[in-house]
Amino acid sequence: MTILLVLAPISLFVALIGLCAFWWTVRSGQYEDPLGDAARILNPDYDDAPLGPP
Amino acid sequence: MSAIDADLSGFVAAAPEGGGRLDLLVRGARCAACLAKVEKAAASAPGVGDARLNLTTGKLTVRFAKPDGDPAGVIRAVESAGYAASLFDPEAAKAADDKEGRRLTLALGVAAFGAGNVMMFSVPVWAGLFGQELEPTTRTLLYWLSAIVAAPCALFAGMPFFRSAWASLRRGQANMDVPISIAVILTLIVSFSETIQGGRHAYFDAAVTLLFLLLVGRWLDHQLRMRAQSATRDLLALQAPAARRIGADGSERGVPVREIAPGDLVAVLPGDRTPVDGVVADGASEVDNSLITGETAWASVTSGSVLHAGALNLSGRLVLRATARSEDSTLAAVARLAEAGAQSKSSYVRLADKAASIYVPVVHALALATFIGTWLVGLGPREALLRAAAVLIITCPCALGLAVPAVQVAASGRLFRKGVLVKSGAALERLAEVDWVILDKTGVLTRGRPQLQRSPDGALVLAAQLARASRHPLAQSLAAAAGPGPTARDVRETPGLGVEGWIAGRCARLGRAAFVGAPGARDSETELWLRVGDEPARRFTFHDELRPDAAKTVTELGRRGLTVELLSGDAAGPVADAARAAGVSRWDAGLTPLEKAAMVDARKAEGRRVLMVGDGLNDAAALAKAHASMAPGSAVDASQNAADLVFVGDDLMAIVDAVDVARAARRLALENFGVSALYNAIAAPAAVFGLVNPFIAAIAMSGSSLVVTLNALRVAWVSRR
Repeated sequence: MTILLVLAPISLFVALIGLCAFWWTVRSGQYEDPLGDAARILNPDYDDAPLGPP
Repeated sequence: MSAIDADLSGFVAAAPEGGGRLDLLVRGARCAACLAKVEKAAASAPGVGDARLNLTTGKLTVRFAKPDGDPAGVIRAVESAGYAASLFDPEAAKAADDKEGRRLTLALGVAAFGAGNVMMFSVPVWAGLFGQELEPTTRTLLYWLSAIVAAPCALFAGMPFFRSAWASLRRGQANMDVPISIAVILTLIVSFSETIQGGRHAYFDAAVTLLFLLLVGRWLDHQLRMRAQSATRDLLALQAPAARRIGADGSERGVPVREIAPGDLVAVLPGDRTPVDGVVADGASEVDNSLITGETAWASVTSGSVLHAGALNLSGRLVLRATARSEDSTLAAVARLAEAGAQSKSSYVRLADKAASIYVPVVHALALATFIGTWLVGLGPREALLRAAAVLIITCPCALGLAVPAVQVAASGRLFRKGVLVKSGAALERLAEVDWVILDKTGVLTRGRPQLQRSPDGALVLAAQLARASRHPLAQSLAAAAGPGPTARDVRETPGLGVEGWIAGRCARLGRAAFVGAPGARDSETELWLRVGDEPARRFTFHDELRPDAAKTVTELGRRGLTVELLSGDAAGPVADAARAAGVSRWDAGLTPLEKAAMVDARKAEGRRVLMVGDGLNDAAALAKAHASMAPGSAVDASQNAADLVFVGDDLMAIVDAVDVARAARRLALENFGVSALYNAIAAPAAVFGLVNPFIAAIAMSGSSLVVTLNALRVAWVSRR
């Protein structure tokens, strides 16, 4: 059962990375304009660099 | 053509990082190509650092390199790209920031993380409950791990509930969030005490799963509401934001409308709306009052005529002497009426709150009785507290919190595919209850635009060449009927009469009968005459066409037990015609906006629940006062803002669809309450007698939520019948 002490923190750590990523997406306003972002990805003008926060 | 070629720098707000910031509402942008076109156009305007269009809200944010940017240049650039742009009041733009939504999204994400990952530790514990090998020390370890994941998540994700519960308690009331907060906090306390004592009954997973499910419902509801609010803010953009004040030296300067004082002289160009109430001091023109009165016939105005704010100037430049400030003008009064109506609506008690008002006292009494009873029976305070907590957890209004939002989101999705936008969940609940429908004529029963009805052979191509140069609605309708083509040379427009120009070397006139010199013809509002050179004058007639499915809609509404009534601000003649053609027996004409709103109030006083369908500014107050309201997508923004539902497209049958779906949604929501009640009737006694363990609690809770959600998805075929 000691394996729990290794695996549980590892899996939690991985999940935490996901949570942090989600946190970042909300904070940086990536849900503000779903329609626009879907359109922007098709536009070659923005291909090489993101547009930055609003 | 609008008041943009004036100094508008008052609309630029100083940006915190230096430079200026301007918010514009752009209409007509719908696709990826529009996005790039609008942004490129705005960025090319002088002084602009960068421009970003939010396609979802239609808001264009422009950054200027210096704080004194020129908004007019940006508006001109966007308009020349083919989109309508209006200024956003800096105050309104600030309010549009959806902080609450972001907080809810974060809470939802954290709750999802907690509910998912706590399962790593909960599933082994559940296995242990069913006789699998699990040492008490291992179980306690797993519970501690659960606590590490679930407790912080539950405390964070619970914040929206705790905050709202605290606010309501301070007002001396108890809303739905009070029992939720108590259940979550009590569950965490009991679980910690169990874990410390090495007991078997810790509910960390239940606490965070409960919050996750509730947050799903809350988030869906918030999304629906936000859509409504952002539409409401556009009301301010409708008011001509800048007026052209004429100074003592005769120069014109664009100033914010609220700075106009009585006595000021204001210029109103063709195509502009009058910014404030006033008296015409100079000039002659025709104005379209349909926004204010619903009247389709245009009024001729000359010196001395009284104009209300919001009237559309059609043909000539007018100089207006203001008689009222913007806040005291008719348009503002209507907006205030709409606001007051919206407030009266917010006092409507929603289905979920009605259910909660029964549910909360019952459940809390049961939990208290369980606590006292168990202690009295002699099982000790620890077991008593544990059972009371189990009652609160297992009966916690998970399904109740989801029962209504799940149905309403499914129903709005279905209506959305049919071209009906639902602005709030409460709107659907109210729509399901209506038994009386009031329709507006212009723009609802009819298309609201004059359509070319009859044109003499071969004359259309010639007339269109003159019509293209005019902004007059009849001319524009004629030009639209003819399609693209050339414009006549040297076109001059005589306000209120017509246009004159040169076609193939001959002088041609298009306009009123008197203007072209048509002999013996009576002067009518719904016809245009054309004369080219010495040829005899030829006549074009227009009329406001009934929507093709108007009669069918009225019949279908009748079949559903709804009484249909027609109220219009237009003259009795056209209203009677429209009523006869559509098969409506009750109608009233010549009503002012206030009278319309009063009619709605009168019906309400009779105990009727009224659905108002209207499109003009004159309907906004009635729309806001009615029990439920709908507006066509072609309606003015103010009416779309006041309305609960907006239908796009030409089909009036959308009203019938909306009523059907709303009724189906109500039926399903009630069914969902039934499911929740049934589940509670079984689960609550089990909790009272201590038969519940963490596994059963988890299964019962998510099971009931799942059933409720699946039932909600049935809205698609329940409403088809």
